[in-house]
Parts: sequence; structure tokens; C-alpha cells
Amino acid sequence: MEKELISKLHSFERKVLPVLQELKELKAIAQKTGLQEIEVMRAFQWLQNKDILKIKKDIKEIVNLDINGQSYIKKGLPERRFLNAFKTKETLKAEEIKKLSDLSTEELNASIGILKRKNAIDIKPGLIISLTSKGKDLINKETEEEKLLKKLPLNLEKFSKEEKLILEGLKRRKGLINITLEKTFTVELTELGKTLSKEKILKETFVNNLTPEMLRTGSWVGAKFRHYDVEINVPLIYPGKLHPLTQAINYIKKIWLELGFKEMTGPLVDTSFWNFDALFTPQDHPAREMQDTLFIKDPKNGKLPNQKILNQVKLQHEKGWKYKWNPETAKRLVLRTHTTPLSARTLSNLKQLPAKYFSIGRVFRNETLDWSHLAEFTQTEGIVIDENANFKHLIGYLKEFFLKMGYKKVRFSPGFFPYTEPSLEVFVFDETKNKWLELGGAGILRPEVVKSLLGKEIPVLAWGLGIERIVKDYYKINDIRELYLADLKHIRESKIWMK
Amino acid sequence: MPKITINKNTLMKLVGKKFTDKELEEKIPMLGVDMEYIEGNDLIVEIFPNRPDLLSDQGFARAFKSFIGKKTGLIKYKIKDSKEKVIVDSKLSNIRPYTACAIIKTIKFNDENITEIMQLQEKLHITFCRNRKKASIGIYPLDKIKFPIYYKALEPEKIKFQPLDEKKELTAIEILNKTPKGKFYKHLLEDFKLYPCFVDSNNNFMSLIPVINSELTGKVTEKTKNVFIEVSGIDLNTINQCLNIIVTTLVDMGGEIYSLQIQYKNQKIKTPNLSPSELKIDLNYINKILGLKINENDTEKYLAKMGLGYKNKKALIPGYRTDIMHQIDIAEEIAIAYGYNNFEHSIPNIATAAEEDKIEKFKSLIKQILIGLNFTEINTFHLSNKKSQCNKMNHDFDLIELENALTEDYNALRAWLIPSLIETLHRNKHNEYPQNIFTMGYSFSKDNKFETNIKEELKLAVCLASADVDYTKIRQVLNSLFLSLNLTPIYKESNCPSFIAGRIAEVLIKGKSIATLGEISPLVLTQWNLETPVAAFELNLSVLFEILH
Repeated sequence: MEKELISKLHSFERKVLPVLQELKELKAIAQKTGLQEIEVMRAFQWLQNKDILKIKKDIKEIVNLDINGQSYIKKGLPERRFLNAFKTKETLKAEEIKKLSDLSTEELNASIGILKRKNAIDIKPGLIISLTSKGKDLINKETEEEKLLKKLPLNLEKFSKEEKLILEGLKRRKGLINITLEKTFTVELTELGKTLSKEKILKETFVNNLTPEMLRTGSWVGAKFRHYDVEINVPLIYPGKLHPLTQAINYIKKIWLELGFKEMTGPLVDTSFWNFDALFTPQDHPAREMQDTLFIKDPKNGKLPNQKILNQVKLQHEKGWKYKWNPETAKRLVLRTHTTPLSARTLSNLKQLPAKYFSIGRVFRNETLDWSHLAEFTQTEGIVIDENANFKHLIGYLKEFFLKMGYKKVRFSPGFFPYTEPSLEVFVFDETKNKWLELGGAGILRPEVVKSLLGKEIPVLAWGLGIERIVKDYYKINDIRELYLADLKHIRESKIWMK
Repeated sequence: MPKITINKNTLMKLVGKKFTDKELEEKIPMLGVDMEYIEGNDLIVEIFPNRPDLLSDQGFARAFKSFIGKKTGLIKYKIKDSKEKVIVDSKLSNIRPYTACAIIKTIKFNDENITEIMQLQEKLHITFCRNRKKASIGIYPLDKIKFPIYYKALEPEKIKFQPLDEKKELTAIEILNKTPKGKFYKHLLEDFKLYPCFVDSNNNFMSLIPVINSELTGKVTEKTKNVFIEVSGIDLNTINQCLNIIVTTLVDMGGEIYSLQIQYKNQKIKTPNLSPSELKIDLNYINKILGLKINENDTEKYLAKMGLGYKNKKALIPGYRTDIMHQIDIAEEIAIAYGYNNFEHSIPNIATAAEEDKIEKFKSLIKQILIGLNFTEINTFHLSNKKSQCNKMNHDFDLIELENALTEDYNALRAWLIPSLIETLHRNKHNEYPQNIFTMGYSFSKDNKFETNIKEELKLAVCLASADVDYTKIRQVLNSLFLSLNLTPIYKESNCPSFIAGRIAEVLIKGKSIATLGEISPLVLTQWNLETPVAAFELNLSVLFEILH
């Protein structure tokens, strides 16, 4: 059994174990064996795991001079320099002391405070300072603080009660002293360890690594290979990895492709025309105001599409909303607030029916970022254009999508969007949280929208669904910002998207 | 969308039925109102902009009462003629030409319903009246004014009265410059030479439209029993509907409606007009769009549930509903009455060919190569700021700035992606090295060749961060990418102040510049507080894609 144990020892352990008969402390062992301290420490831990020794950690608090402390040791403490100014004069103005003793304002004020507490100075109006008799004594006498500073560095345990009190005062002063923790490690052999450390077999050579050299020369024949502890944990390595959000997007993309949808892409900056006007959102609609939508400062405007579409959109707006539609307002550039402008553009270019399209892309809102809000996030959009499409199909597609996303229960309630009618909001039941989550909106595009873009009235089912919330829940992330302002460790260690 | 507080007790009293919180939480959303939460007697709901008639306890209760089947169908309102007149000045025609008025009598005002009506007025002003631009509402105690009443356009110096909550008389100009309400709505009037106002037959000013009432003639108190209401603005339809919403709310508070004659130069109109409007319904259309098979009886029943009438294949729409302009809107009413969750769902058999976008496909391929090279993908924002994009990168770009960003951190669009990755490295100093990361996304630059006058290009940025990175290591990454794409690039010495001089190259393929690569300058690293060397490249995938296709 002992032999087997020895065959498993790493070369570090093998080097450390014999010297433990005489040495116990980490640093000394490192010196003796020629190993680095960290290597000795690892050997200690491995040996402890094998019940060969016990590690004792001893923590000492060492009081050291800090930056200012080191400089004061040479130049003298500020209060000492303050006192020295009185070697030639009886009374001095604070300003004069500052100059004579080369003190900063901060040091001057500190010195006055300290000496006042010691009753060593007397201050008259106009900051005229003289020494008391106690102060005069101090000129030629070392203060307790000075005595203490000279002793440093020193183990905190060795301080007397009085010294500890003085130390408290010194701690409060800026950069004077600091306390560091010094760890020392010693080991104690167990009975097993005592026996093993005497074993001659420790001196035998075990092969640590099989080398190409050994294979070439055949020296491996008869060699003894060190046995590994195959049960012990090994350091992590990280695979290359797609961001969790990308994994989710890829999965969602697959769902739409499986359902026969074609992908749409388009610009992130778009004209108000495509983001709002083409979607029957009146020009004075609150959603178009500054608090929701991010507008581009320069260039301010983009170009409008052909006159035919413009006329149609103008007509529908003026008829439906009863105001004068302004093409200039429609030119205004915005960061798209939803992916629906892509659907609008697609409809205006549509050549063949029926058709089904999807997109997954970034959208923007004028929000201050917090744990549940982003100014930039991801939406997935879908449209189905078919003469026979109806409300039941809309509900059908949404149920199917969310089922594939792992949500068995889906609920709908009436919603409102200027460009859809009927409109609905989609809720899914989160079983882990036992509550309904709102995940997006949908509807049938209004005839006014379809007619302007497509030239005729045809049912168009449309939806826009948020993605981040699903991803956030899947990865149990509390703060949504983490999906964009990544902690590498979290991405590296994240599970892959498996739905 | 406006959030409002409904008084739960008032609601139940008006509906005439008690509900548990759970029942309310379940039923309210199905009517088409976002249920926020219930706290004690307060019911916090969010009203969609298409239903301003739900903005008061009374309006909400009316719809709810009908929806749950307690009292369904079109409500008929009795209107008596007051025989009074409001005379409209033709000079208003280019300012705020229209007004719709009503008198409501025998209403018992108390603290609660004064607050309620003021809240309704405020919410209507913000939403339906578009911050008073389209219309504004004024309510006046009847016994303080004398008919006929004049809606006039006058020179601002000549309008002088003591506004509500002010201590002394002010001219219209002083009101706009000195009072809080005046300052807030100044922009609606300042372009005009004449300002709209109401004046009664005692020659007392009643209000400056759309800003404020007079203290003397325009203050409703608990003693008020009868009121005169005017809604004035730029669109006839809006003001009529708005008046109807207020009037019906006051009826539900116990008031009686009296009409008035509005006398324009060329026409006389009697307001309020609460007779329902008619909309012809094609039941085939409704059934087709909803996927249902309902008959006329069903239609009548469902519309009744929504407070609408049905007669001779026509829907009768109450005067307080503002959102029904097309048959499709009737389809939604029927769908809500039918219950969204009662629809069977099905996926139609619509044969279409699936297709992934080509550039998106290309993106996936490139990402796959990088994952094979053991890179971690980082998700980054397109929004950035000058400091990150330029100053800290020791570089300069003509960034595209945003007009109205809420935070300085995200007030511009990024011109390149490497800063997004450097920022990631900066945030991850506590994590293990090497940190080999990449991100893909768009960069933005001004270019009037495009529809939006902005060029959006898909880019890939890659960073290697560890103690031993150098030009060779980052070039190896780019090389293996090109190897996989079967491309042979040319590397040329280049310069860019973000990189170490002499260790930066421009990469060309078929004469087109497509990437920059090199070692990031220590100045940049220091500015980002990084203590680990970084080598990086940024590759233009839009151009690369063009070359390949």
C-alpha cells in the first residue's frame, strides 16, 4: 500500500517529503529543495490530501511604515518639525511655522491638532502660536509616537497595551503606517508521513512524462511511470464559444427557417418614413416623440421613396388621422425602434404571393440602462402575406414559435399598435417563476398600411417579439445589461443553448 | 401610454357587482387594457392610446360593465336643448377654428369627482389632444357666466384677466411669459398675431385658449352644480369626440346634458352630438379575417358586449369611441368580445421556400472559423461615445451623434468596433488571460450615396490580450481566416495612431482595403487602464462579402 502511494507521488512531493524530517517551514523547505515556494505549497496540499502531513497556517499582522511614514522617519514627523521651529523663537504665526518647517497645509493643520491635544501649544487670535511648558519639554524629548515608529516593522502581537493605543492614533493619520498580513506555513508529518519520509524508494526515479526521446531510444522499457491521482480535479480550459445571445438567435432563426420563412435584413438607421409613416403612425403620435425614439443629429434627414408610395401614405394618413401629412417630418432619421420597417420595405418590394418573412435584429429605444432596460436590444419579426391568412393563423404561428422556445402555455390579450388591427399582446407562462411574461406584440396589418405598400388589401399577419428576456431567463441572469456588457468568465463558463 | 388609477370601489359600485382582485386581474386585460397592479383600493392600469374613453373611472366602468355582460349594448343619451349660443369669430380660422360645447346640469361635485374630472381632462390633454396642440378642454361654472358666449381671436395685449391660481390680472403676453402653464404652452400661440379666448356677455374673459381659465369665471368648486364645457381646437372630429368623452363621463356622475348652438360665419352646428355613427359591415370580410363563422345574431351579441349597436348590417358606434375608422376595427371589437383565448389556433398550409439571408449566412461561417480558433464571442452595442471611440483610442472620427440620447455614454454611433472590444478587455481585467475575443456588428459613417445618408458596414473585430501577444500572433489569426476563405491578401505597412508605429498593416484583397491589423499602442492601453498587451484587427465583412460574391 505504501509502495503504491509512493508510486503516485509527484516529483515535487518526492523532493519535499525526505526533508520534512528536519524542516517544517515552507520557506526553508523551498530553499533546501530548490523548488519554488508555490511548488512546495502544491506538494504540501497534495501530501495533505494523501494524509501524509497536516498543514498549519499561521497569520501574523505586521505593522509597517507606509509611504509618509518612511519619509517622516528621515525628515521627522510634521509635529516634530513644527516644534523645531520654536528652537529660535518664542512665538510664531502659523504661516511662519509652515515656511520654516516646510510643512504642507494639511500637515500644518494636523500638527496643530496633535500638539493641541497634547497641551503643547497655545493659540492666540490671528493664529499666533507659542509653546506651553509641556511643549518646551517636548522639543528635546522623543514622543511616544516617534519611539513606536522607530520599532517598525513589528508583529502586532508584540505591542504592549499602551503601544496599541498609540498605534490606533497613528492608524488614523494619512499614509503613516499600514498593517500587512504575513502568512507562514508549517507542516507536521502524520504517522504515515513519518514512515514514508524514511522510505528509500523515494530516491528511486519514476518517469514523470513519456517523451519522444524515450520512444525513439526505447528507454521506456522497464521504466516506472509515476501513478497519477486520476480522481483529482484538473484546471479548467475554455472552449471557443458563441455568445449566448447569438446561440439563441441561431436557434430562433432555425425555427423560422423550419417553418418556411425567408430572412429580411436592413439598415439600423432608417427614415421616420419607414419606421413610422409607412406604418400608419401619425406624425404627432406620442411614440414619435423624443422620450421614446433616438433621433440622429447629423445627418438629420434621409431620402424618401418614390412618389407613388408617398402619395398613398399621405392619402391614408390624411384620411384616417385627419391632419396634414408633412413629407419633411418623414425624412427625419431615427435609430429603428422596431424591426417592422424591414417588413414595410419588404411589402413595398413584394413580387410574389403568398410569402413569409422573418428577421432578427437590433432595435433601439431612448432608455437609461438599468437591470431591466437596454437602449439597444434584439427583436424577432415575422410577416405572413396570404389572401387566406386570418387571426387564427396568427395565434397558431405564435403558439408554435413559443412551443419551440420551450413555453407550453401561451396567452393572448388585446393590444394596440397604430399599424395592426386586431392587435394582441403575447404572454408566456414561465414555470420556474410561476408567472406570465409579456414577450411581444402582434396583429394583422391595417388595410391602410397594406394598401399603401402593396397596392392592394391582403391580410398580412405580423409580429415583433423580444428575445433578451427569454435569454435572460434561460441563463438565469438577473441584470439584462450582462448580455451586452459581458463578464468573460460568465460567457466562458456558460452552458450552450439547448432547448 | 398613460397609466391611470381606477378607484376599485367606485368601479364596483358603477358596475353593480363585486369582484375579487384575481377576477379583475384576469378580466381587465381581456378587454384590452394593460393590468399593471392592484394596491388596496387602487387599480393601476395602462390605457392604450386608441381608447381615450377609458381614461376615467366612469368610462372604464361603462366598458367593463358591458364587457362582462352586466349591461350591454349601445347607450342612448338624452340631450335637452339649452337654447344658448356660442358665437365663433371667423378670424380664428387659421388659429384654432373650432369649438364644441355643452352644458351639464345637476351634477353633485365633491372632492372625489372634481379630482376625477380634472384627471380625465389632464390625461386627454396629454394623449388624445396631443399636449393641447390638437384640442384643449375648458370647464366653467354655469352661474358665473352669461350667454351668449363668444369664442374670439384678439390681440394679446387686449386679453386681460386674472388667471386661475394667480393673484392679479395679467395680459395674455404676461400669462405666457410669467405663469407656469403659460410658459409650458407658449409655443402653441407665439407664432400668431391674435390669440384665441372665450369671453361672455358680461364682457368677462373666461379663458386664454389653450392655456388657462380665469379665476373669476373658470373655477369649478364643490358648490358648482352646473357647468359649461368647451373643447376647442384645430380638428372638428377630435373636439367633438373629446367633448363626448367628457360629457358621457359627467352623465355617469349623475349629470344631465344640454346642447348649445355653435354659430360659425357660414354654418350653425349643435353640440354635443352623441348620436352613434354608422359603419357598414361585410360579415364575410369579418369572418374571413378572423377565421370565424359568425352570423348576424352573433354579431349583434358581440358588438353589444363592446357597447356597440347593430342594425341593418351596420355597426352603431357610440359618440365617445374614437378609434373605429374601418371595418377591421369592428373585426377587432368582435374578436375581443369573442375572447382572444377562445380562438382555435392553426398553422395554415402556405408553401413558401425558406431562405437565410446571404450576409447572415456569411456571418455564421466567419464566426465558426473564429470559434475553431478558440475565440470567445462578445456582444457589443452599436451605441457609443466620442471618448471611447476617439479620445481614449488616440484617434479621430467624424462620429454620427444622436440628437436626444439620455446618457453621455451612448450618444453616438460607433465608427469602428475595436474600441468595443478594448472596453470589454477593460471591464474584464480581473479575469484569466489570455483573453481572445471577437465581435461582429455594424459601423456607421456619413455617406450621401445611401438612402439614409449613412453607410452601415458589417465589421469583424478581433483582439488577442495576453503578456506575449504581438503582430505575428494576430496576423496568424487573420491568415487562417483568409486561408479558409481561399483568399491571398497583401499586407502593407500603414499608420494609425491607435497602434504602435511600424507594427500596423493595412490588408488588401484585389486592390481593396479590407482590414487593419497590428499591436495596440501603449498610450491607448494606458488610457484604458490595461496592463496587458493587445493585438487586434478589424475586418470589413461587407467589402469581403462583395469580393467573394
